[in-house]
Amino acid sequence: MSEVLVLVDHVDGAIRKPTAELLTVARRLGEPSAVFIGRTDHSAGAVAAVRKYGAAKVYLVDDSEIRDYLVAPKAEVLQQLAVKVSPAAILVTSSFEGKEIAGRLAVKLGSGLITDAVDVQEGPVTTQSVFAGNYTVRAKVTKGTPIIAVKPNSSAPEESDGAGAVEEFRATISESAKSARILASEPRQATGRPDLAEAAIVVAGGRGTGGDFTPVEKLADALGAAVGASRAAVDSGWISHAFQIGQTGKTVSPRLYIAGGISGAIQHRAGMQTSKAIVAVNTDADAPIFELADLGVVGDLRVVFPKVVELLAGTAGGISASVGTSQPEA
Amino acid sequence: MKYVPDATADRRFAPNNTVDRESVDGLLSELDEYAVEQALRIKETSGNPEDVRVTALCVGPEKGIDAVRKALQMGADIGVHVTDEAVAGSDAIATSLVLAKAVEKIGSPQLVMCGMSSTDGAMGVVPAMLAERLDLPQLTLASVIEVLDDQVRIRRDGDVATEDIGATMPLVLSVTDQSGGVRYPSFKAIMAAKKKPLETYSLSDLGLDADEVGHSAAWSEVVGTTERPPRTAGAIVNDEDGSGAMALVGFLASNKHIRGAVEHV
Ligand SMILES: Cc1cc2nc3c(=O)[nH]c(=O)nc-3n(C[C@H](O)[C@H](O)[C@H](O)COP(=O)(O)OP(=O)(O)OC[C@H]3O[C@@H](n4cnc5c(N)ncnc54)[C@H](O)[C@@H]3O)c2cc1C
Ligand SMILES: Cc1cc2nc3c(=O)[nH]c(=O)nc-3n(C[C@H](O)[C@H](O)[C@H](O)COP(=O)(O)OP(=O)(O)OC[C@H]3O[C@@H](n4cnc5c(N)ncnc54)[C@H](O)[C@@H]3O)c2cc1C
Repeated sequence: MSEVLVLVDHVDGAIRKPTAELLTVARRLGEPSAVFIGRTDHSAGAVAAVRKYGAAKVYLVDDSEIRDYLVAPKAEVLQQLAVKVSPAAILVTSSFEGKEIAGRLAVKLGSGLITDAVDVQEGPVTTQSVFAGNYTVRAKVTKGTPIIAVKPNSSAPEESDGAGAVEEFRATISESAKSARILASEPRQATGRPDLAEAAIVVAGGRGTGGDFTPVEKLADALGAAVGASRAAVDSGWISHAFQIGQTGKTVSPRLYIAGGISGAIQHRAGMQTSKAIVAVNTDADAPIFELADLGVVGDLRVVFPKVVELLAGTAGGISASVGTSQPEA
Repeated sequence: MKYVPDATADRRFAPNNTVDRESVDGLLSELDEYAVEQALRIKETSGNPEDVRVTALCVGPEKGIDAVRKALQMGADIGVHVTDEAVAGSDAIATSLVLAKAVEKIGSPQLVMCGMSSTDGAMGVVPAMLAERLDLPQLTLASVIEVLDDQVRIRRDGDVATEDIGATMPLVLSVTDQSGGVRYPSFKAIMAAKKKPLETYSLSDLGLDADEVGHSAAWSEVVGTTERPPRTAGAIVNDEDGSGAMALVGFLASNKHIRGAVEHV
């Protein structure tokens, strides 16, 4: 069976959830090989994690020479590895970085590239959700090695024991790949809440919050959810751009999306329309967001959200007795 | 800068699975207006604006000339439109090839500026592909740009961190919609734009063969498109009588979303 290369998405050796999803997808296409580019002395945890999701091999690539440079060296690593092992496909996370690595790699290998895949099946045949979720497109790569960038939260990670045979791989990095240098990097402040792109539940606020995100945050905490925002809220300076959902912000596809005081502009929809269930609270019964909502509440979020939190706290015992044993839907 | 179907209209696919560009009005991709704006600001704040030339380049169908005109009205000095039947249906690899050849024909620009993403394909890969093809440094997703002599430094919101990145010109730069508001062309600017030079290139002008690009040569192929069935209308509850919160909790419980909450309280 051919190898399928999976680029490990990690922060200082801690793998991010999309990597487990990619390995799960890779098993449908061949034998998954994880490619870890990072500090090899920090790789033990990552190796164990990718093995748990079925990696038959783990290529360790020491990044001491390329840590300070953007995506170009990583594309060179993958190119050289691809030439060596002739993989059946190469999978990366559809993040800003993942897509740029994939783009450069596609040019280098003369291979077709598909981004923002929400599903990958044998073939490989991919599914994309396009035009703000109004169309589903199935596509395949017709030339070269299929390079596919898969959106986070597209599939449920499934565990499977992999051999996880570790092999060190050394790539030759060109000088020109090192032409853009990272001068400073400030990791995003941890909020104590789940990561927005990976969260199972997202509670988002818009202009309708009037600038006070407390009701949004309190509801998020009551549900173990991530907080998100519309661009209007970001542009007003109420919350940082890192929380923006939409065309020019994060794309999310949680199990549940709750929008408070968000009208549902096309650019916002582009980032949340693939959510499995959508709830909207808006004072305007004609707000376009209601067209998407599985449940719409015409009302003031500043009244409705706190009351929901109160009800959840009050009934937690009762609800846990009735639904606590059932698993959330995947 | 790309010419795209208006995102607020009903965008569709044609029978051959390419984007139907006939049924919907096209325009300059909104996110590319930010690239034009930043190019103009760099020109205006460079000690010698008269010596700095901003060229607006679009690869697209005949009507794409409208996108080039818009950039000229905003203040670009020269327009270049690459249009050729054979380019229709190109994927990202082919598009970046045509763009790279056009950039080389235009000259040796100090900065190749792009939007962060088109508003139709929205892949966000063309700037990186251009950097690869032109063998230039890439500074992508800039929200703040500083130019000092031949040094460019940008700030951006990356996936997990806010980063400052630097490189020496020439380079490829892409900008986000956080980079600063976009100007509206004045009447005077619209009139002035009519006199600006506008060139049209075909594939052969770029030394490319028809079979290197376009739908038939694409490296990837769309095998099917399905319009999403209209969402079945969800329940709507009016909170006038105060029943909104209870309805929301009921929804959470019946769809088993509350487990997380129980763990948290
Ligand atoms: C190039 C480009 C890119 C963009 N990218 C994005 C993007 O990534 N993400 C994004 O979100 N937007 C994006 N936008 C902006 C988008 O077009 C909208 O302007 C934006 O989404 C509006 O945000 P909003 O819904 O919070 O505000 P509004 O449209 O002003 O809606 C506010 C809503 O709140 C309701 N409301 C008011 N008070 C209350 C209350 N007390 N309780 C409940 N409801 C209340 C109102 O009825 C209204 O429906 C982009 C725009 C452009 C041009
Ligand atoms: C819904 C949809 C899905 C698609 N999926 C794929 C896919 O998976 N794989 C694939 O290979 N192709 C795909 N395509 C085709 C691809 O979008 C086009 O080939 C496109 O020209 C390049 O990608 P982009 O528009 O996504 O550009 P992006 O990479 O999002 O554009 C970034 C920037 O590059 C510049 N730019 C992009 N195109 C042009 C242009 N023609 N002229 C001037 N500047 C430009 C602009 O500054 C733009 O802001 C898809 C197209 C559509 C409509």
